[in-house]
This record gives sequence, C-alpha cells and structure tokens, in this order.
Amino acid sequence: MNVINIENVSKSYIIKHNVVKQDTLRDSMTNFAKEIFKGKKSSEKEEFWALKNINLKIEKGERLGLIGANGAGKSTLLKVLSRITSPTTGELRIKGRMASLLEVGTGFHPELTGRENIFLNGAILGMRKAEIKLQFNNIVEFAGIEKFLDTPVKRYSSGMYVRLGFAIAAHLEPEILVVDEVLAVGDADFQKKSIGKMRDVSKSGRTIIFVSHNLTAVQSLCNTGALLKKGELVESGPINSVVNNYIQEISTNNLKREWLSKNIAPGNEGVFAKYLCIEATSGLYNNQIITSTSLKLTFDFWNELDQVKLNISVFLYTITGECIFNIANTGILFSKGVIRNEFEIPGDLLNDGSYFISIMVVRDDAKPIFFLEEALTFDIHDFREGTEWLGKWPGAVRPVNLKIVSSQLELE
Amino acid sequence: MKEGKERIIKAKFSVIDYWKEILEYRELFWILAKRDIIVRYKQTIFGLAWSVVRPLVTSIVMVFAFGRVGNLSEGVSIPYILVVLPGVILWLFFSQSLMQISMSIVTNNNLVSKVFFPRIIIPFSSFFLGLIDAVIAFILFVAMCFYYNVLPDWKIIFVPAFIILSYLVATGAGLFAAVLNVKYRDIGQLIPFVIQFGMYISPVAYMSEFVFDKNPSIYSWYVLNPVVGCIDGMRWAMLGDFAPFNWQSFIPMIVFICISLIVGIRFFRKHENSFVDYI
Repeated sequence: MNVINIENVSKSYIIKHNVVKQDTLRDSMTNFAKEIFKGKKSSEKEEFWALKNINLKIEKGERLGLIGANGAGKSTLLKVLSRITSPTTGELRIKGRMASLLEVGTGFHPELTGRENIFLNGAILGMRKAEIKLQFNNIVEFAGIEKFLDTPVKRYSSGMYVRLGFAIAAHLEPEILVVDEVLAVGDADFQKKSIGKMRDVSKSGRTIIFVSHNLTAVQSLCNTGALLKKGELVESGPINSVVNNYIQEISTNNLKREWLSKNIAPGNEGVFAKYLCIEATSGLYNNQIITSTSLKLTFDFWNELDQVKLNISVFLYTITGECIFNIANTGILFSKGVIRNEFEIPGDLLNDGSYFISIMVVRDDAKPIFFLEEALTFDIHDFREGTEWLGKWPGAVRPVNLKIVSSQLELE
Repeated sequence: MKEGKERIIKAKFSVIDYWKEILEYRELFWILAKRDIIVRYKQTIFGLAWSVVRPLVTSIVMVFAFGRVGNLSEGVSIPYILVVLPGVILWLFFSQSLMQISMSIVTNNNLVSKVFFPRIIIPFSSFFLGLIDAVIAFILFVAMCFYYNVLPDWKIIFVPAFIILSYLVATGAGLFAAVLNVKYRDIGQLIPFVIQFGMYISPVAYMSEFVFDKNPSIYSWYVLNPVVGCIDGMRWAMLGDFAPFNWQSFIPMIVFICISLIVGIRFFRKHENSFVDYI
C-alpha cells in the first residue's frame, strides 16, 4: 500500500537579479513607478526550479533515504512533503498522520519551563494533549531533565535543550516520520541514542523519510533510497545501489586547485588560499593512486597578517562524511606573504575508497580563522597481493604494516 | 487525523478543507494563546498590576492634558476620567491587538519555517492577550463608577460586543500588515507610527461630538475612522444616559469590518503558503 504518492511535483522560485537595489517597500514602489512611467526594468526575473517533475511512491513501512548534493532539492522536497511550502504544480497524496522533524526543539520558547515547553512543542508537532500527558514521564526520562523540569529552557545547557527536543520528537507516534539531519547535533553519545531510537521506530513498521549527508547513517537506517540531482529525481531503488551510484558520481578527483589572485580566492581574516595539491610521491600503479601509494599534500596561502602565530589543521574524511583523522601542527610566527604547508600521508595507511580533505588555519593555537571545507577529493584504488580475498576490504584504513604475529603455541 | 484518510497537497485546495483543518488545529491555537499570556509577565515584579497601571496612568495624563489644560471637561456632567477611561480601554486593546497581529508571522518565523499548521491561527491567537488587559481595565472602570457614584445601566452588557468589534477592525487591517510584513519589514516601522498618531484622530481623550461641534465638515470624514465607531459604542454602553448611540460612526465601522475581513482573509490565504519563501 502506498502511503505517499508524489505525482509530478515541481516547485519554482522566482529569483530576481536586481539591476537596482530593491530591499524595502519604498524601493519597490519607486522602482514600480519607474517601470510604469519610464518603461525601465528594475530587475530581471528568472525562474528557478528547485524541484522538477518528481514522481515517487513510498510504501507503508518503507524507510526512504533522500540523498543528493547540496542544492539538489532534498530540503525543498521535505518542505513540500511536510506542507511548509506548497508545490507550484503537481500533487501529493499522503495517507496517515505525518510528523516532520526538520529541527530539534521547534518552537521552544526560551522563557517557558521545560514542562511548559513539552506541551507547547508536542502541540506544535501535532500531538494531542492527552497523548502528551500519557508520554510525559517517558519524555522526561529519555531526556534526563527531571531536576530542571521547572526551569526556563533559556537556562538549559545546549545539550539539555537538544535532548529535550529530541525526546519529545521521539515519543511522537506518527505513521509517517520525516526527519532532516537532526542527528547531526549533540555529542557522540547522544547521536548513538538517537540513531538507536530511529531504528526502534523503523522496526515498528512506520514509514520514515530521512535526509542526511552522512551516507553511512542513511545506509544503516534506510532500505530504499532516492537520489536527487538539481531538482530532478535521478534514481530510486534499494539503498545500497543508490548510494554506490551516488558515490561514483561525486568522487571525481579534485587533485589540484589554484587561485591566481586574492580577489577570487576563498579566504577569511587576512588568510586566502593560493594553491592546493595532492600528489603521489611514490608507488603509482597504472597511473592510479593505490593503497600503497604515498601522498603529499601541499597547501599555500597568502597571509596578510603581520607577526601572527599560525598553524594548520588537516581533516581527512571518507566520502560518506566520517572523519578519519585530524592532524595539526604547532603555531609558528609568520610575517606577511605566502606560506607553504606540506603534509605527507604514507602509503599502506588508507583503505581503498574516496576521501576528501578539509583544511583549517588556526591563529594563536586556538582561534580558527579560515576553514576550507571539502578542499580536495581523491580516490584510492584497490590493489592487493598475496591474498585470495577479493571482496571489499572493510574499514576506513588499511594499515598493512601493523603486523599480526601468529605462532603455534602448543602441539597436540 | 484518523488513519486511512487521505490528504492531498497541491498548489490550491478547497475552502471547506481549509476551514476544517483550522478546526483540527484548535488545540495548537489554544496553546499558542496560552504561551503568549504566560510569557508576557515572566521576570516581572508587578506582573498583572501592569494591566491596571497602564490604563490608569494614561487616563490620568489625558484628563490632565485634555480636560484641565485643553479645557474640554467644561460642561461635562460626569467626572472627566469616566469619559476618558472607556476610550483608553478600547484604544489600548485595539492598538495592542493591531500590533500583535501585524507582527505575528514574523515573530513566529521559527514556527512558520519549520512546521505546518494553518498560519491564520497565529494572528488570531493574540486575541486573549489584549482581552485580559481589557477585562482588568474594565474592572477598574466599574470600581471608579462606584467611587464617583455614577452607575452604568443595563447597556453595559454590550461592552464585550464592542471589544470584539474593535478586535475585528484590528484584524481586518492587521492581516494585511502581517502578510506584507513578511516581505516588507517597513510595516514593522509603520504600525507603531500609525498607532501613535491614530490616538489623536480617534475620540480617545475627548468625545466625538466635540469634533462635530467644532467643525461639522471634517466630522463627516472623521467618522470614517472605524475606531471612532468602536469608542462611541463603548461610551454608549458604559456611561448610561450620558452618551447617545452614534449611528453615523457605527455604520462605517461595520462596513469597514465586513470588507476588510473578507478581503484580508482572502489576501492572507493567498499568501500564507509562500511565507516561508520570503520570511
């Protein structure tokens, strides 16, 4: 049985490219007058299709993961599904009570106490008062805020705030649950707890629509996937194949980037990226980077700050968004000019797969001033010798130099 | 919503479904109204006492400025503060409601951009906030009547009717302001300004007859202000035989309410689904 039927749904936004500034009612009126009397166009309108002809059927009990790059239309689709904004054309048919969780603690009022906010937030998420009363103790217990029930939430720590918000949402019992990246908040412990709760919900046979950048989380939670690209539905089907195709598509290597002037370079607070490159120093195989290849990362940046202590912090992520490591050096006093940073990743460390690197420039050993996210992406290809095993090598790293020593301890 | 019922979302849906849905969300309506009331006096020392202080001090100042300095109290058969108080009660209620309604969508943008519910319940949930003030001020008025020994008659039962009518006037204008404010924050500047000078072109501190006596030709324009009708009605209801019923200001008010509410609600409905795209 289909619980959600999305038929030909499109959503367009009008983007104005202003020729003249038009931020206030007055500007708008004077421009309007100009347009009428002088025939002058104050702005050029362009239609932007955030969603184009989406057709999707979701069955009861299905756990659908929505994936796609930033700006692919995932959030717009969720907004249309949860009726926050209406589609421009097409229609959706939804059977059953739906709750959408686009944020944790929606509508919490800082002046109200935890107790009052549970009722407020519950009502906002569509729970009846009687249901909230029934679940009240469970919510309080799950959030672990018994002591602070009558404290205004503005005095809560951010962790308590998030826990309370999630606890309320987790005790909603809708037939269809729409979740957007809410798992990205909170500490690791809480994330584990919330993923666990999501699993429980999915086991109970409810329909879930889940959006996240964390492909691992999507894969472990969902059984089907839908891939969006520039507002269009590219693929839908079993989650693993959708995720794999998506990874293949995005893992185009981006091994070198260079900016010719500060004006066009990304930068912040006097630090601008100049040159960024990852290259193999040894052990290429068929011109491909393989697991035994050693790599060197070079990062040059313009420094406009005089006599400051700067250091570099390098983050390596798998393409699914999990951080493998973060390495930083100690700060050095630099003068204005170009600063070069080099970093070697030895061979036989990383597993095969797609990775990306983010780089952070830190001032005075404590204050991050510039963060270049997803600066470079690269693939490591599989290569193995002396083993019969040909399946996917598990793990994010493959440190084959770590030796396992085996010997026969006793003879029988 | 019950299981098995199908909900269709498309660009437009019918009027009946729209109102049915508002009924479904009545619990949220109450809880939002309650929230505004609870939040209002958090972290105050005097709390509800403010609801007495505001009309009382405003009235005393007006009695001083208009009654004593402006000499409008001459020839008025009852204490002038009793003339001023109905006007002040209604004006405070009206201006507060107008302010709340026109800011409502923007101040609740965290809700509007994250969850669905019929948006129109937000402006209407502000009703009770002003109502509490009005009720307290009304009790103050009754106490004063006893103090001055000028007792109102049976017509006092019409007071709630004029409170509601003035709320509808505020809604008619406020719904437009609320929608426009989403896109043009100029409205946020305009409304306090309108409230500031609106008090002088409404018979808050004086009686509307006074305008007629001084300048009958301006008076025919003056009564077009719908608030004039509300305040004249309040005086008629609250002051016994002192103030006659004024049809000349009552009819324009009713016409204003009918037109502005119908057009205002339609305007609101037309735009409510795109609030999130502009907020």
